[in-house]
Amino acid sequence: MTIVLQWLFGRLPIGWLQLTHKRGRFIAALSGVAFANVLVFVQLGIMNSMATATLKPYEFFNADIMISAPDANALAEGGNVARQWMLQALADPDVISGTGLFIAKAPLKRGDTDISLTTFGVDPGQPGFLAPLIAGDIAFLEVQHVAILDRLTRGIPRDEAAAIRPQSPFSFETQGRTLTAITTFAGGGGFGGDGYMFVSDQTFLSMFGARSSTAPNHILLRVQYGADVSAIVERLRGLISDKTLRIRSYADAAQEDLRYQQTRRPTGIIFGFGVLIGVLVGLVIVYQVLSADVADHLREYATFKAMGYGPRFFLGIIVEEALVLGILGFLPGLAVGAAILTLMGKVTTLPLAMTPGMAVTVFVGTVVFSVLSGVIATRRLAAADPADLF
Amino acid sequence: MDRNMIVDTRNMNHWFGTGEARKQVLFDINLALPRGSFTVLMGPSGSGKTTVLTLLGCLRAVQDGTVKLTGHELHGASEAELTRLRQRLGFIFQSHNLHESLTAMQNVVMGVQVRARVPDDLARKAAAVALGLVGLSDRMDYLPANLSGGQKQRVAVARALVGNPDMVFADEPTAALDKDSAADVVDLLKRLGAERGTTTLLVTHDNRILDRADRILTLEDGKIVTVQEHA
Repeated sequence: MTIVLQWLFGRLPIGWLQLTHKRGRFIAALSGVAFANVLVFVQLGIMNSMATATLKPYEFFNADIMISAPDANALAEGGNVARQWMLQALADPDVISGTGLFIAKAPLKRGDTDISLTTFGVDPGQPGFLAPLIAGDIAFLEVQHVAILDRLTRGIPRDEAAAIRPQSPFSFETQGRTLTAITTFAGGGGFGGDGYMFVSDQTFLSMFGARSSTAPNHILLRVQYGADVSAIVERLRGLISDKTLRIRSYADAAQEDLRYQQTRRPTGIIFGFGVLIGVLVGLVIVYQVLSADVADHLREYATFKAMGYGPRFFLGIIVEEALVLGILGFLPGLAVGAAILTLMGKVTTLPLAMTPGMAVTVFVGTVVFSVLSGVIATRRLAAADPADLF
Repeated sequence: MDRNMIVDTRNMNHWFGTGEARKQVLFDINLALPRGSFTVLMGPSGSGKTTVLTLLGCLRAVQDGTVKLTGHELHGASEAELTRLRQRLGFIFQSHNLHESLTAMQNVVMGVQVRARVPDDLARKAAAVALGLVGLSDRMDYLPANLSGGQKQRVAVARALVGNPDMVFADEPTAALDKDSAADVVDLLKRLGAERGTTTLLVTHDNRILDRADRILTLEDGKIVTVQEHA
């Protein structure tokens, strides 16, 4: 390592030699940086997981425009929308079809486990509004009280869920009805529920008696192939009488939901703060290590100053130390962070995993913040006065 | 200025502190040291010896008077200029001040690399020669912690001399050395003066050195009170 660094810097790697001279302290410093990395990885992993889980249900549908109630900040939140607005929207020549989407939470009890299923009520006669992973099975929903179940639902053993077929259905009680799941799809538990379920709109209305067929949660629209969605959205905003409605492209609705989850919901804000705390912990640890190192070697630094070494040389040593700490601390942080995320993902069935993007982001952040700490620590070098050596 | 003089000071004064606490520590120091000479600076504690050393060694800013080192005026010189000038000087401190995590060889290499990016093999060769001059060829890869006090001081001497400095400033360099080692170091400094023109200004109370000096300056209360020239 010394030879590699010597070749890299074109001088003796004093920072590296200094750090490794006291092995115990060096390992403790690396552990500190690794710990900060693990903190950031876990928080980022949860944040990413929240983003994935938020966007996941949007992948189940195939729509261009979504009309929602004014308070519908998220897919499964807010009031209902009158179906009549769909009829007004269909008056636009570029809108080719529309459908109502019903959403509610349905409880499922399995032994001592309470499972919450985000239930979508859809029109089985409109398979075009569903993504291919659901659309192929939508015809099953023509039968009353039949469901398509999320086989990744938390609380349902994977092997049991995987065995669900028309010839080996799975029946369960919910909302005072007996539903029969005869096929499954891959969804996955999120922060708002343990899994998903698709039923027909008629089954949905029988399960949730208070709901009306004239008031779905959202209205989904599809437009002519190649039509300008944003232009149609603008036209619909003028066309539909209720100006309080949220009329957005489907893609915008998904992104607004994500922003809402990340910036307005407590969970998003807490995880964001978690990342910030991790970064600050790392910054403080690296600063403390480097600052203590400068203090320990003040006489040596003063000697180098007396010999004629200038500020760039000292900055180089501290930055070298910061890079060594940042890079070598990152590697165990990455390994432990990945292991923790995998374990948490298995336990919670949340989409928690180390992604290359996260690894690169945290690596770059670690290096940048380590160097920043190093630059701050160089201020202590001012105390190294070579005149005091005599 | 006589071009043969490596140090030439005229009316050098210096003060420490500010306001009412301001105290003058040097008074009209006039000094001319020829290139290659070996000068000993003596005087009681607090007489100003260290201040003279730090001013001429470009470690402090000159406040008053004319101070020329290798022809460069130090009064008014910028920090960057002083740093550049220090690269042409060698320092031997009473305490060795070796870098604890560098071997003897690496400590001496630092004395080579200060001026320019010297190829590693050349720097190591120069360091090996310097360590050989102080009798430490067999201790080159030792860390300071594994060297005796005298050996550490000799590494510090090698580090000061390895870059062929124009001038060496030394503060009690033989205090940690036995009689033979002390004599060897002084002889080495004298020989470098004769062979390479390296000038030495040395602060010491060691009487063993005095008879080897070309010149002995005695400082008292910030003033040069005697100058003894040896033939």
